[in-house]
Amino acid sequence: MTTAQWETVIGLEIHAQLATRSKIFSGASTAYGAPPNAQASLIDLGFPGVLPVLNAEAVRMAVRFGLAIGARIARHSVFARKNYFYPDLPKGYQISQYELPVVAQGSLDVVLDDGSTKRVGITRAHLEEDAGKSLHEGLGGLTGVDLNRAGTPLIEIVSEPDLRSAKEAVAYMKKVHTLVRYLEICDGNMQEGSFRCDANVSVRPKGSTTLGTRAEIKNVNSFRYVEKAIQYEAARQIELIESGGKVVQETRLYDADKGETRSMRTKEEANDYRYFPDPDLLPLAIDEAFIEQVRADLPELPDEKAGRFSSQYGLSPYDAGVLTASRELADYYEEVVRAVPREPKLAANWVMGELAAALNKESLEVGSGKMPAGQLAGLITRIADQTISGKIAKEVFEAMWAGGEGADAIIESKGLKQITDTGAIERAIEEVMAKNPGQLAEYRAGKDKLFGFFVGQVMKATQGKANPAQLNELLKKKLPG
Amino acid sequence: MIHRNSITQLAAGLRAKKFSSVELVRAYLQRIEAGQAVLNAFISVTASQALEAAAAADRDIAAGRGGPLAGVPIGHKDLFCTAGVRTTCGSRMLDNFVSPYDATVVAKLKAAGAVTLGKLNMDEFAMGSSNETSYFGPVRNPWNTDFVPGGSSGGSAAAVAARLIPGATATDTGGSIRQPAALCGITGMKPTYGRVSRYGMIAFASSLDQGGVLATSAADAALMLREMAGFDPNDSTSVNTPVPDYVAALDAPLAGMKIGLIKEFLDEGLDRENERRIRDALAVLERLGASVREVSLPNLPLSVPVYYVVAPAECSSNLARYDGVRFGHRCKDPRDLQDLYRRSRGEGFGAEVKRRVMTGTYVLSAGYYDAYYLKAQRVRQLITADFKRAFAEVDVLVGPTSPTPAFRIGAKTADPITMYLNDIYTIGANLAGLPALSVPCGFVAGLPVGLQVVGPHFAEARILNVAHRYQLETDWHQKSPERFA
Repeated sequence: MTTAQWETVIGLEIHAQLATRSKIFSGASTAYGAPPNAQASLIDLGFPGVLPVLNAEAVRMAVRFGLAIGARIARHSVFARKNYFYPDLPKGYQISQYELPVVAQGSLDVVLDDGSTKRVGITRAHLEEDAGKSLHEGLGGLTGVDLNRAGTPLIEIVSEPDLRSAKEAVAYMKKVHTLVRYLEICDGNMQEGSFRCDANVSVRPKGSTTLGTRAEIKNVNSFRYVEKAIQYEAARQIELIESGGKVVQETRLYDADKGETRSMRTKEEANDYRYFPDPDLLPLAIDEAFIEQVRADLPELPDEKAGRFSSQYGLSPYDAGVLTASRELADYYEEVVRAVPREPKLAANWVMGELAAALNKESLEVGSGKMPAGQLAGLITRIADQTISGKIAKEVFEAMWAGGEGADAIIESKGLKQITDTGAIERAIEEVMAKNPGQLAEYRAGKDKLFGFFVGQVMKATQGKANPAQLNELLKKKLPG
Repeated sequence: MIHRNSITQLAAGLRAKKFSSVELVRAYLQRIEAGQAVLNAFISVTASQALEAAAAADRDIAAGRGGPLAGVPIGHKDLFCTAGVRTTCGSRMLDNFVSPYDATVVAKLKAAGAVTLGKLNMDEFAMGSSNETSYFGPVRNPWNTDFVPGGSSGGSAAAVAARLIPGATATDTGGSIRQPAALCGITGMKPTYGRVSRYGMIAFASSLDQGGVLATSAADAALMLREMAGFDPNDSTSVNTPVPDYVAALDAPLAGMKIGLIKEFLDEGLDRENERRIRDALAVLERLGASVREVSLPNLPLSVPVYYVVAPAECSSNLARYDGVRFGHRCKDPRDLQDLYRRSRGEGFGAEVKRRVMTGTYVLSAGYYDAYYLKAQRVRQLITADFKRAFAEVDVLVGPTSPTPAFRIGAKTADPITMYLNDIYTIGANLAGLPALSVPCGFVAGLPVGLQVVGPHFAEARILNVAHRYQLETDWHQKSPERFA
């Protein structure tokens, strides 16, 4: 068999840290970056005698997520203990949810590269506490334990094995990322570990309906690494099977430096977590009124917003998708459009084109303060009223980006105002025709392609300021002689 | 003879300035000093802190302030965390552990004015029925020092029985308040699960553990419990219902009360003399106007096997935090992480704790969970349902507290099963979360035995009322060991 005859099957387990101010079972702060153990309360430290008390805000956020993916919200869910020993797990167990999670059976629609939409099933999303961190560097061979992160609330979002390629997996992960940020339940910061994922990967012959043996790649914290890790792992499994080997169920680690996955532990070595209901916490009861209150509080979600952008602004589904990928970008776009209500498409092109490129180049986020929506709208206004051409506009944009001045000031000071005076354009055309008799003769002999040459020459002569539409029209009149 | 006073009398005497708290504390500290060498009831005696607190209580009383227990000396079982005073849980594992905070129970009793004289010996992590598993050595029964005081609250019970303190806190997971109360001839009260906060009470089996009181009478137990009980936002399993005035409810007449004698408790394991004492006690209650009938709770005999699945399962998880990393015993020079875990826990825990951690780990393991843990939880529901049915017919249930009086030190240590059967009559109330108490009801072969009274959820006032009326008619609770007269 060749690679083309294999199908990759992927399911993701995404861990999103909830943006609560305090931890899920204690009053300690969840802020990132404090000195080690400065934010570990007696409860986070697992001191003798202490007890957990559930943070209601974490529950609200989990329900918010559940409603956003059209899931079933459990009226009754149960916290369970996942038992294992590790120095950064102070109690010797993690409080999680096992048999009865708070959110079950939802789905998300993901737009793929070919423009098609795929529905990805979400088996469950459950509440749990994060562990601390073990630190191995700069401690002279010792291991340090930082429990600031211990007890930070998480939702673990478990997808069905519905994904069929690394690209699909990333598209789905991005969609979840977009959603949790829309919902303001997770800051989505992947570098700080607020949003990370485990990928379950298996392969099977195309057409097969049974699942192959899977490997779980642990704790990948960037979209790029997820894509690479899955690609590597799928290829490894295919090669292994094709050379007569067998995939073993195991946990693997992605080494970003080497670009490979390697075995952490096999199924036989895996922990028996001895889950059982946590007797320190009552079952979590959620009533209809609470759910309705959370529902009423939901913001416009990405799919809804994209749909509205398409119909309200006449954008393509693709453009609407790009512009709604983050709430900040969507808000920015709409602010621009409010200032140039007749030019939603032009605004979309500028936001997705020049602005996105400029932000990207400097690794800035939209809303960073550079190029406020009003400024970009000012530029678009001048394109729309034909003060400048699109080409000149790019020059103006660059100047605005570099200097922070408004479009009008730059157009004025650089004298970039478009020439719309027919007489002036005609004069320029005549000069060009006079300077290029050879080309003129060829054109008149039927070489139509030279039309572009004359456009270019006139533009050059006018420093690009000639109104392109007028220029076209006048050239068509004048060139034939 | 100040130690012959009840807590109620001491509190009144202090308020009437018949004696000061400092005088009282000095007197009890002297008794502790003399008694400790014989009984080993205390793990820590906090004399200087106690005298300071007593002086403060005297000032409060002089100023017309001070809570209902102002200046009254008490002791805490050494699994209630006490800020600045070491809390060992009877284990080498916590030999060096000084809690940075007070348990809710400790804080509440402090707020009521009680003065803590020390921390009381107990079975290691409250696992035992004889106080022989303590790292700090066995506690002796004041009635006969060759005998055990019962457990796990053996130190609390022995200290109160010998009048080294007038009252003590204790905890009951499977009988650890009631059984030592019976074996030491005092009154022990285990409230409804959720009535007293577990915050700061070092966990053994979280779904069963409940704090309560050991005292010399139901009236004293009512007074202490009133100050300890109540909703605690730090304990998600504590229940937010008002605490009635248990003291005010003590005197209600028993006329018309329906009492059920638990048929299953009159089994072949029950000492016949012990049974006679129970029947005598029932006759007293009938004289007071109560009616007694036998009631059957068919699933109750399954309590012991259910308990020895559920409690070890929870304990195996609760005790995982003692890993030598952040507090407690840490082995010398660990080679690596595994070595740190193995030796710290191997050295820190005693044999009975290890047995239960292993049992608990086993019953929760993949492949065994359904057969053991899940099945035990189902049977627990059946037992709870039995109680519920019984309480549809009767107001309270009664029976013996333990099958036999106290046994000799060392007599049952070789056979854990025999030891576990000591709790056969007490475990049911824990599994169902019900309030239950034990009052002394006579002697068998010179050793005290107890009558157990169990009530429906949150019927503490009712069972204390039964116990108090019984104690108004009898003087078993006023008898104290000659040696400590």
